[in-house]
Amino acid sequence: MKKWIKVSLIFAFLLFSLAGMAQQQRFPKPEFGTGYSQPTPITPEPRALALEYTDVVILLIVLSMASYFAIRKRSRKGLLWLSVFTLLYFGFYRDGCICSIGSIQNVALTLFDPGYAISITTLLFFLIPLVFTLYFGRTFCAGACPLGAMQDLLIVKPISLPEWLRKTLGIIPYLYLSLAVLFAATGTDFIICRYDPFVGIFRMDAEFHMVVLGIAFILMGMFVARPYCRFLCPYGVLLNWMSRFSKWHLTITPAACIQCKLCSDSCPFDAIDYPTDEKQSKNRTWGVNRFLVYALLIPLWIFIGGFAGSKAHTWISKANPTVYLAELLITKPDVRNDLKNLDVQAYLSSGKSMETLVKEATVIRRKFYTGGWIAGGFMGLVIGMTILRQVVYRKRTDYQPHKGNCYSCGRCMGYCPVKK
Amino acid sequence: MENSNKKSRRDFIRTGTRLSLLITLGAVGGIAAKNLTAEKYVWQIDPFKCTQCGRCATSCVMTPSAVKCIHAYDLCGYCDLCGGYLKPDANKLSTAAENQLCPTAAIQRRFIEEPYFEYVINEDLCIGCAKCVKGCTSFGNGSLHLQIIHKRCLNCNECSIARLCPSQAISRVNASKAYKVKGGFTKDTKA
Repeated sequence: MKKWIKVSLIFAFLLFSLAGMAQQQRFPKPEFGTGYSQPTPITPEPRALALEYTDVVILLIVLSMASYFAIRKRSRKGLLWLSVFTLLYFGFYRDGCICSIGSIQNVALTLFDPGYAISITTLLFFLIPLVFTLYFGRTFCAGACPLGAMQDLLIVKPISLPEWLRKTLGIIPYLYLSLAVLFAATGTDFIICRYDPFVGIFRMDAEFHMVVLGIAFILMGMFVARPYCRFLCPYGVLLNWMSRFSKWHLTITPAACIQCKLCSDSCPFDAIDYPTDEKQSKNRTWGVNRFLVYALLIPLWIFIGGFAGSKAHTWISKANPTVYLAELLITKPDVRNDLKNLDVQAYLSSGKSMETLVKEATVIRRKFYTGGWIAGGFMGLVIGMTILRQVVYRKRTDYQPHKGNCYSCGRCMGYCPVKK
Repeated sequence: MENSNKKSRRDFIRTGTRLSLLITLGAVGGIAAKNLTAEKYVWQIDPFKCTQCGRCATSCVMTPSAVKCIHAYDLCGYCDLCGGYLKPDANKLSTAAENQLCPTAAIQRRFIEEPYFEYVINEDLCIGCAKCVKGCTSFGNGSLHLQIIHKRCLNCNECSIARLCPSQAISRVNASKAYKVKGGFTKDTKA
């Protein structure tokens, strides 16, 4: 009988404490006799939506002005001051966020994940510069990109890089783009934003390694002009494609080129194509044969790339926290007892079953497998095309900016002695 | 004659490619438009999911973090022996620095009437370490909890805390419901 009372008492106690927990009021709020008025917590509003649209309008204005300065007015000074404004506004005032480069990931995520809502501002920041480039060349890089402005203003003594190095390093942006899209599409990570070297400088605050990276890029950029734009920027890949087919583009000379060679060293980015040397032009049959061989090799390159990408998917997918956690719990079951591992402890207390976790991880990993084939195949295509381009000779009689690589900064225009 | 023909052919290809690129961009925009939203989205912490791991203080791109402790006074018991204010092994029940749980002394304790004390967070001092939140949730009513303060938050494209949050307590929400403040007394949808 005594035992029974004990048990019921314990039960009553448990019930009581459970009820208390559900209410989250272990200690009820007192009734104050002294007329105490309780303050309310301050919750400041987020930045107004209207201001986001202002950013789009400012982007439109800056792009229009940059195109006008580059093509109609032919004013390097105008472009320079425009980039100063961009650096101050989109860089230091808006803290480098929102930016077109990062918007690639939002667009990629929304294309693959219907549950992800993309804001109008982000989509416009992605599309507007591309459309402008399709008509006016990469004036976005010259005037409207804070990262480009930052590097452009800090060029001290640019050195010319050999062509093989430029072409080889030029493959990195394609790799960066495909990885960024792969990670964004699988909902893993936004690597472009995380490894943006300049955003820490805009915010005057960043993790230590990002500060080191940012300063390294700036120091490098004093001699190798615009290192991020040329050898890393994933948005630059898209702009490059658009710019190649642009309707109008910045020209070095306002009238006819007189081949005075004065502009030949003016471009810090090695983006000026020289006239082709007739004497050095190679045997045509040799070139055509080479072209055919390289063109036929492209499918092989695509397959090799895709195969390598699919083989690497297990390794790459570890960047995804769910996959990582599932793998950790399977390979090292002891980790469950490690109280310091917050991720494992949070998972264990969440009550999610191992089966669900593994199922989720498998789904993500399968996405990485498909994505690995696509991204790898794309990289294969890029390598194949880069090699193919080595044997394509296009006859040029004038000094011209390379339409894909030229940032429309307008430095070369001042070197041309020809007047309108 | 041949030369001009060649040129016009090249122009034709160029225009054609330009138009197809434009159509591609339009298609990308069109597909993305299905998920388009005219609303603003911001990051928010769900205090009921939060496990007070302390990563909010260290993972934010801002130093100090944009995450701060918020006090839901309606839930507070105004205790003298406050689990959020005092260290569990405090020597004395006093405001002396060595007894305080908060590493930056951001919680101010004020006597109201016997035996009740009011606790106010000084937002400028708070670093979002969640030590007080853990204390209050473990020993008290759980009136102290973390929220992202949108005056400070840069609204990054991907919240660097959300990426590392072990309990996935941070998510993107509509800006009209930017805060999830505990307790029914404030509009939990602070418009």
